[in-house]
Amino acid sequence: MTLVILRRVLAAAGVLLLISLFTFMIFFWLSPDPAVQICGKTCTPERIDQIREQLGVNLPFWQQYWQFLSGIFTGRTYGEGAAAIECAAPCLGFSFQTNESVTDMIVARMPVSVTLAIGAAVLWLLAGIGGGLLSAVKQGTGWDKAVMISALAGISLPNYFVALLLQYLLVVQLRWLPFPQSVTFAEDPLLWFQSYLMPWLVLAFGYAAMYSRIVRTNVIDTLGQNFMRTAKAKGLDAPVVLRRHALRPSLTPVVTLFGMDFAGLLGGALITETVFGLNGVGKLTADSIAKNDQPVIMGVTLLAAALVVVANMVVDVAYTYLDPRVRVKSA
Amino acid sequence: MSTVPSELAVETEPKGVLPTGSAPTPARRVIATLRKSPAVVVSVGIIVFIVLLAVLAPVISAITGWGPYEYDPSAIDSDLGGIPIGPLGGISAEHWLGVEPGNGRDILVRVAYGARVSLMIAVSATLITTTFGVVMGMISGFFGGLADQIISRVMDFLMAFPSLIFMIALLSALPAGNRPVLLVLVLSIFGWPYTARVIRGQTMSLRNSEFVEAARASGARPLRIAFREVLPNLRGTIIVLATLAVPSYIGTEAGLSFLGVGVMPPTPSWGQMISTAVGWYAVDPMFFLIPGTFLFLTVFSFTVLGDNLRRVLDAGDAA
Repeated sequence: MTLVILRRVLAAAGVLLLISLFTFMIFFWLSPDPAVQICGKTCTPERIDQIREQLGVNLPFWQQYWQFLSGIFTGRTYGEGAAAIECAAPCLGFSFQTNESVTDMIVARMPVSVTLAIGAAVLWLLAGIGGGLLSAVKQGTGWDKAVMISALAGISLPNYFVALLLQYLLVVQLRWLPFPQSVTFAEDPLLWFQSYLMPWLVLAFGYAAMYSRIVRTNVIDTLGQNFMRTAKAKGLDAPVVLRRHALRPSLTPVVTLFGMDFAGLLGGALITETVFGLNGVGKLTADSIAKNDQPVIMGVTLLAAALVVVANMVVDVAYTYLDPRVRVKSA
Repeated sequence: MSTVPSELAVETEPKGVLPTGSAPTPARRVIATLRKSPAVVVSVGIIVFIVLLAVLAPVISAITGWGPYEYDPSAIDSDLGGIPIGPLGGISAEHWLGVEPGNGRDILVRVAYGARVSLMIAVSATLITTTFGVVMGMISGFFGGLADQIISRVMDFLMAFPSLIFMIALLSALPAGNRPVLLVLVLSIFGWPYTARVIRGQTMSLRNSEFVEAARASGARPLRIAFREVLPNLRGTIIVLATLAVPSYIGTEAGLSFLGVGVMPPTPSWGQMISTAVGWYAVDPMFFLIPGTFLFLTVFSFTVLGDNLRRVLDAGDAA
């Protein structure tokens, strides 16, 4: 058992290392010289060399990669002497456009993304699992059709389109909600809730659509299994059969998906945050892309990758406890 | 598709004794079943319409008299910040779907050219990922061993990747260049494992079926078995996967263009038009509604078609 977990952790660490290497390579070879960008229009060759040295971009690839990696664990210093800039561990890089460490920038934006992810997750799990279950049990009825058509719409509607539509209807036309604003819960609980309501709904709609389709297929599949007949023959109540025997095995793939989706959202809901002007990690990414602030783009990419990989690993390890079949297979 | 099997190979298979019951459902029967579903008929109608729109974009441009990059200052009100003159975003005999606020470009013509870009990218990426995915999946599933190990590890790695955020990073780092080609490449790199994984699984189960054993016993070489015996049986799966890949690529391309790392202006694309419309949504909602509706209808229709194809082919398999 410990061996299985250890193997998973090592595999995840390997994937993370590869991802960091690929990300670093992309920015090392493909992106324009950051020194030129920082130096601006009134630039001399000496000044460029000076900046290159300060950034450490005059060093060979492996040395730079090593500096970057060790910076994550031990922190790093850019430049020397009075002009030196400290970047404390875990240092994901330093943005010379904002003069802030990338880690600090991400940490400052994290609460918004976390709030967004948790609220949306509650909604989409309720709607996705509930809808899928309803649709499977009432297979072929109007309920089933209604849920499945909404689900189809949900997976076909781009979330920025839903966001604009909702904002136009609820804010501009009907005036039911104020324009979303960046407020904390402590400042104004009502405005906070009103500001997050639309982003939650928009995010949840897309995920709920996907989840309800998966839950429906799995529940219908499980309902046809022999152990279901046995459970019914034992004289168990229909709701008990449904909850204890049908739902549980049907939710296994949902757990996998949920781990990845939730972790992905913690790394920033780029589109939703941008459309609603929420100052989360996603908006930070979008803004950095617009400004071509590469250290930030790289830092956020790595963080997002790390979150998904770690979530995957946690789900995998959790399975070995939850599902005996997986344990046998991997042992 | 490039996978049309030879009729002979299909007919010589011992029908009725296939252990997986995966005799290819005759195309005619599939089409006949699909034609009875109103949802499918409507979806195919919409797809045909969008394809025509894309193909005929230059004709539409000639008929309406507006080019995709042509400004029409007379259609917008410069005193009101450039919002279109007239109701519904400036819909008129001159501009059938109105004009873009700010510059007065014709929305219909831009949507048509946008359809071209979207479909071209999505269909190219689908062709590449399907071909590559099928080849990789078949090699992996049919031959097993070291080849399977390597291919499976690469697939695991690519699928563990947070691909959207990585595509964004990659596209934002890449120099401008030929955006559509770059998009096809990036979509393909992260897209093929999803096809290959399914094909691998099916190939593995087909490999052990009786008709493959029969072919092997009769002395057929592995390559011949793979292409003549296994591939025809994967036809249904391949068609379903490809049909469902198209809308996912259209959606991803639009999303990337929306974020400003996809198709670059002035080349029109639906995602990019909606992105521009964000700044105007309160005063000119038609500007996001029109491209958004086209995007939605396209993705929706392909998904409905793919879902129904899968349903019919699965039912055919079970019979």
